Amino acid sequence: MNLTGALRQRLQRDVDIEDLLPDELPAYVHSYVYLFGIATVASLVILIASGIWLAAAGPTWWHSSGLGHFINSVHFWCVQAFFFFMVLHLWTAFFQGAWRDGRGATWAVGVLCFLVGIGTAFTGYISQQNFDAQWIAVQGKDAMNAIGVGAFFNVLNFGQMYGFHIVILPVIVSMLVGLHLLLIRLHGVVRPYPAAGEEGTP
Amino acid sequence: MSPRQRDYYRGITFAPYDLIKEGLIALLVIAVLVCGLSAWLSSPDEPPLTIQHVATTDPITFLQTALGELNGTDSISSYGPPYNSGSGSVQSLGPLSLQRLAGVHIPIDTVRDDVLGPLTMVAQGDARVATALATFERATPARQAAWEAAFGTALAKARVRGAAVGLPPGPYGPVASMMTALLNLGRAGLLEPAIDHSGRIYSTDNTRSLLFLQASALPALAQQYHLVGSQWGMMNETGNYPGQAWLWLYTFWYQVPAYASSPNADVLVWATMAVLSLALLLLPWIPGLNRLPRLLGVYRLIWRDYYRSKSAAQAPIPQHSSGVTAGGQK
Repeated sequence: MNLTGALRQRLQRDVDIEDLLPDELPAYVHSYVYLFGIATVASLVILIASGIWLAAAGPTWWHSSGLGHFINSVHFWCVQAFFFFMVLHLWTAFFQGAWRDGRGATWAVGVLCFLVGIGTAFTGYISQQNFDAQWIAVQGKDAMNAIGVGAFFNVLNFGQMYGFHIVILPVIVSMLVGLHLLLIRLHGVVRPYPAAGEEGTP
Repeated sequence: MSPRQRDYYRGITFAPYDLIKEGLIALLVIAVLVCGLSAWLSSPDEPPLTIQHVATTDPITFLQTALGELNGTDSISSYGPPYNSGSGSVQSLGPLSLQRLAGVHIPIDTVRDDVLGPLTMVAQGDARVATALATFERATPARQAAWEAAFGTALAKARVRGAAVGLPPGPYGPVASMMTALLNLGRAGLLEPAIDHSGRIYSTDNTRSLLFLQASALPALAQQYHLVGSQWGMMNETGNYPGQAWLWLYTFWYQVPAYASSPNADVLVWATMAVLSLALLLLPWIPGLNRLPRLLGVYRLIWRDYYRSKSAAQAPIPQHSSGVTAGGQK
């Protein structure tokens, strides 16, 4: 079996460039509730950009530099924006029953984005090298130890948490968000529930 | 549009849409928003609490912590995995203890790591400390315990005069000299590196020094900032900032007496959150729950324009749409 050929055939069968980059969408998409998702992605982009800046300058830079503190503030408020819009997106997707008509995987990947995002933010808070970081770490350690992961995910170990925060978890979140967007474009947005007297899936 | 999507959207009106432009505008709006918030509200950065600060400003708390590490009455000495084989903080869910199963991977001996080890470093250049240390280590455990108990009793009544901690004369043996040396090491800012010392030049692991601080100094300061577990804990942060608001449900369970009073509170909260997270993840496939949005009816508000146009189209007076429906019909 030729794996390259199989992959090409699969992509040819399932991926349509017009679905990926449409210039027309269902008219009902022209609504503010559909903006929460793109606002989440925009927050993630600035989050990563400000995070790269902070990582490039080193973990202590922002404590002693005015510019560094501002970039950290941008990173901080982006996290807030990221979760604010993501939760709004999650709620609206829930109220729309957005998993209908074969979109279960899209929903599940979105929930994984949310859960891994929480872990990413948590490791960020304990990588700050300030009092908040100390306190969140010593509080969090008991919960990690209680479920047997404290030795392998040691929240008191700055080096390990920093690695998780700037590489491992952001890469996973970015991949999940990319997959989520791909699934949305491949399947399209879900249809509204059938109107009264109309046939359709529940 | 692929045939699959064309089929799915049959009868739906389409309209021009520019996803890339929408994304760029969103990026610009969010950038302006977060830059504005950053300039206006900044972000929290309360300096870390250091052992040096505690030793300088609150030497009695420092000495009580150090004595607890030496006589094994601190919480870490009997904590259990991953630090040691104790059972003081071991949690389980029924007969299952994942904490016990995981085993000891970060071995911590508070007597050696936090007290005797750092004092051995000091003893390299201080003959009095070397003598005190040798006397202590040669003594029987009962003798050591008697010295420690006498020092602990005196410490409870001690007063700070200037930089000195005033203790009445007593049968402290070498413990008083050892504690004074440790206090001086702390005041010099050298106890943290001595505790976290790994034998290698580079170190980014603060596990041991943070555990030293968590004995009493960190919780006391956290209480002032309203950050302890009964005050919604790690969800908050210093200052008037939103903190990790997304952890509200996790932190919520610690406010419920049935959870908060259990010796297995952490593992119970994790188990609860694991069930809830799985339910959220698998919602599309859970019968009943996956029909909840239809029953709630909020979708009528979200798609109100769509339903309005559908009912207008079904009205007896013909309506003309300027959009394009899937399938290419004008």
